[in-house]
Amino acid sequence: MAEIQTDCRTSTHAEPCREIDPGSVIPVVDEIITQYRSTRGALIPVLQSVQNLLGYLPKEILTHISRELSIPYSEVAGVVTFYSFFSTTPRGKHIIRVCLGTACYVRGGKEVLQALTRELKIKVGQTTDDHQFSLEIGRCFGACGLAPVVMIDEDVHQRVKPNAIGLLLAAYRDDDDQDRGGSDEKA
Amino acid sequence: MAIKNYILICGGTACESSRADDIYKNLIAECASQGVSDDVQIVKTGCFGFCEQGPIVKILPEDSFYVQVKPEDAKELVSEHIVKGREVTRLLYDKNKSKKHAKVEDIQFYQKQFRIVLRNCGFINPENIDEYIAREGYAALEKALFNMTPDDVIGELKTAGIRGRGGAGFPTWMKWNFTKQVENDTKYVVCNADEGDPGAYMDRSTLEGDPHSILEAMTIAGYTCGARQGYIYIRAEYPLAIKRLEIAMQQARDYGLLGEDILGSGFSFDIEIRLGAGAFVCGEETALLASIEGERGMPRPRPPFPAVKGLWGQPTVINNVETWANIPMIILKGGDWFSKIGTEDSKGTKVFALTGKIRNSGLVEVPMGTTLREIIFDIGGGIANDKEFKAVQTGGPSGGVITKADLDTPIDYGSLMGLGSMMGSGGMIVMDEDDCIVDVTKFYLGFSVDESCGKCSPCRIGGRSLYNILDKITKGEGEMEDLEQMKSIGQAMKKASLCGLGQTAPNPILSTIHYFEDEYLAHIKDKRCPAGKCKELISFNILADKCIGCTACARKCPVGAITGERRQLHRIDPELCIKCGVCLETCKFGAIYVR
Ligand SMILES: Cc1cc2nc3c(=O)[nH]c(=O)nc-3n(C[C@H](O)[C@H](O)[C@H](O)COP(=O)(O)O)c2cc1C
Ligand code: SF4
Ligand code: FES
Repeated sequence: MAEIQTDCRTSTHAEPCREIDPGSVIPVVDEIITQYRSTRGALIPVLQSVQNLLGYLPKEILTHISRELSIPYSEVAGVVTFYSFFSTTPRGKHIIRVCLGTACYVRGGKEVLQALTRELKIKVGQTTDDHQFSLEIGRCFGACGLAPVVMIDEDVHQRVKPNAIGLLLAAYRDDDDQDRGGSDEKA
Repeated sequence: MAIKNYILICGGTACESSRADDIYKNLIAECASQGVSDDVQIVKTGCFGFCEQGPIVKILPEDSFYVQVKPEDAKELVSEHIVKGREVTRLLYDKNKSKKHAKVEDIQFYQKQFRIVLRNCGFINPENIDEYIAREGYAALEKALFNMTPDDVIGELKTAGIRGRGGAGFPTWMKWNFTKQVENDTKYVVCNADEGDPGAYMDRSTLEGDPHSILEAMTIAGYTCGARQGYIYIRAEYPLAIKRLEIAMQQARDYGLLGEDILGSGFSFDIEIRLGAGAFVCGEETALLASIEGERGMPRPRPPFPAVKGLWGQPTVINNVETWANIPMIILKGGDWFSKIGTEDSKGTKVFALTGKIRNSGLVEVPMGTTLREIIFDIGGGIANDKEFKAVQTGGPSGGVITKADLDTPIDYGSLMGLGSMMGSGGMIVMDEDDCIVDVTKFYLGFSVDESCGKCSPCRIGGRSLYNILDKITKGEGEMEDLEQMKSIGQAMKKASLCGLGQTAPNPILSTIHYFEDEYLAHIKDKRCPAGKCKELISFNILADKCIGCTACARKCPVGAITGERRQLHRIDPELCIKCGVCLETCKFGAIYVR
């Protein structure tokens, strides 16, 4: 099974976060579909794998999947809109997910989210104009003991303080490959 | 050469994100460079539960419990503890104790705990099947396959009296029995690892720390009920748990413990993993099955129950991760043993994720019947920062609050119901005096509204109306009629909603109106938020006698609402202030106060 990745940096395509040319990726999409041919209820796993690869699900690709799996397009679109993980628009280079699980909420997760919307000048679900960041919310990453928690790509940042958000983002901007691994912000 | 020391490093998500992996790598490198690699075995285990103090490193046989370890500490741990045999006191949990070691048993956090579900978490390397087997792993499967009939297994579960840990508390033996009794060629076994309660991570830690126990239990259910295929439906947000399950499944297949002709018994069973795609309602069993079938995860009316007509219309046993984790122990040690733990109404133990304003956040497993006071004050160490305890929420967005007056209630399914809350899956959120009850209730309602699938109108429309009323109240626009109206909408939703989400979504409101009516009244009548949380009802101010004019707050304020010369009293412009609280967090002199 494909690794789960919310981070498009690790994807095989050069600029996966921008618009992609659907025609050029059909062969890899077909490869994924072949892999799931014998699986019952294959639609969701196929969509997950394709999104992992491309970063999002362009409409042309959804029509293609619908044809190949013989599932009406309306049904495919229904599934895509139902599950919050699927996105039909390109997302930023870095996905920021602010935990709004209960533990993080009572330990100031909402304030962290507000600081992020202020700093990035986008709302939840949006992507910055420079395609650097998309902002999303999460519901508990299982690190409640160290709340509030923000996940950027695969890194978990703990005990995040609203007034230190700028610093946190700076490490990701422009992607110079410096070490910024999950860290304990209180240090 | 014989192994002299074992170093166990917590590899749970919380510690992992605090660079447990770097600690692991550094320890290996240090052991090599200091020439002791052959004397030491270094193991990355599942969650120790004591997340607040992570990352945690335990060294055996001394049982030294090191907390808040940093990657840089590896060198000293090896040179002092391993080479010279001297504990590194500065990293021990209990530095002040006169005793030489802070042994695990001495730590209060663990004293009242009793571990069945988490029996292997923190003891074995979850990526190595041999370590599971060394701790009686797969012995229950062997016993079931060769020494027990399917009816014996069900009888044992019945004697044990175990009830489902996913929320509803339905007796497990009955479910299995329903499925077993249906004459059908195709049946399924499903593990519900969707763990939707926001603020709870018991299932995640179990899967990360002891994945084989789930595989073993599901295989036993397959044998008992006559199923050959199992599914684990797990949240995509749990990449580490998914990875460890995949490794475990491969190892079990290699050992002949999963797949064709298990242990030569003639019985075949295999498991497939399916990932969730970010919909809370998919934790509800019928929605979960719809999702595995590749459809939108909308609940279906019950009956028929999945046990009779489930996945692709076939009889399906579906249980929660924690329920599964209990099964091998029940088979191995017997239903009698299990039924002696806990209370009349609820047998065994329960794992809770203790979080919020608690000193020792973490995972705790206690016998049913333990009181909330023991969990919060003895195990959890009380409220963080010496604040006043206000309430604890159990059952997540489906549950309710429990106040100081009821802290001595023994926890079981029945008594929590009696208090207007519920067991739920095990989230336990502690709130202190700084938490506004109305605000937290609005948070829960917001969650339920976001996650409603919209299939039935009581939930879709009722939930939205409840949220809007709460929103109005937190903005100081509430009226007295609102309380009655919320109660009547809530009652209607409870009766008419199709699934548990809509039926339980009003619970936080009904419970908080009951226990904290005065706090609602303060918002409605006095337009005041006693906890100082609701933005529209508070203002930020500067205390003249505390402000030294350091300018720190003025520099941090994102909207330039704070003015003042250096060394002069500063002032906040209420017109500009967006009440973000950054100044409060920044001021080192306690000069900012909220009114
Ligand atoms: C809205 C909703 C969400 C649920 N979420 C979960 C969940 O995340 N995990 C879980 O095990 N059960 C969840 N349940 C309960 C399941 O429907 C079902 O009762 C459970 O999987 C049965 O397993 P058990 O008998 O072992 O508890 C949820 C129920 C509802 C109504
Ligand atoms: S109660 Fe809510 S979540 Fe459940 S089926 Fe109805 S709309 Fe969907
Ligand atoms: S609530 Fe945020 S990590 Fe659990």
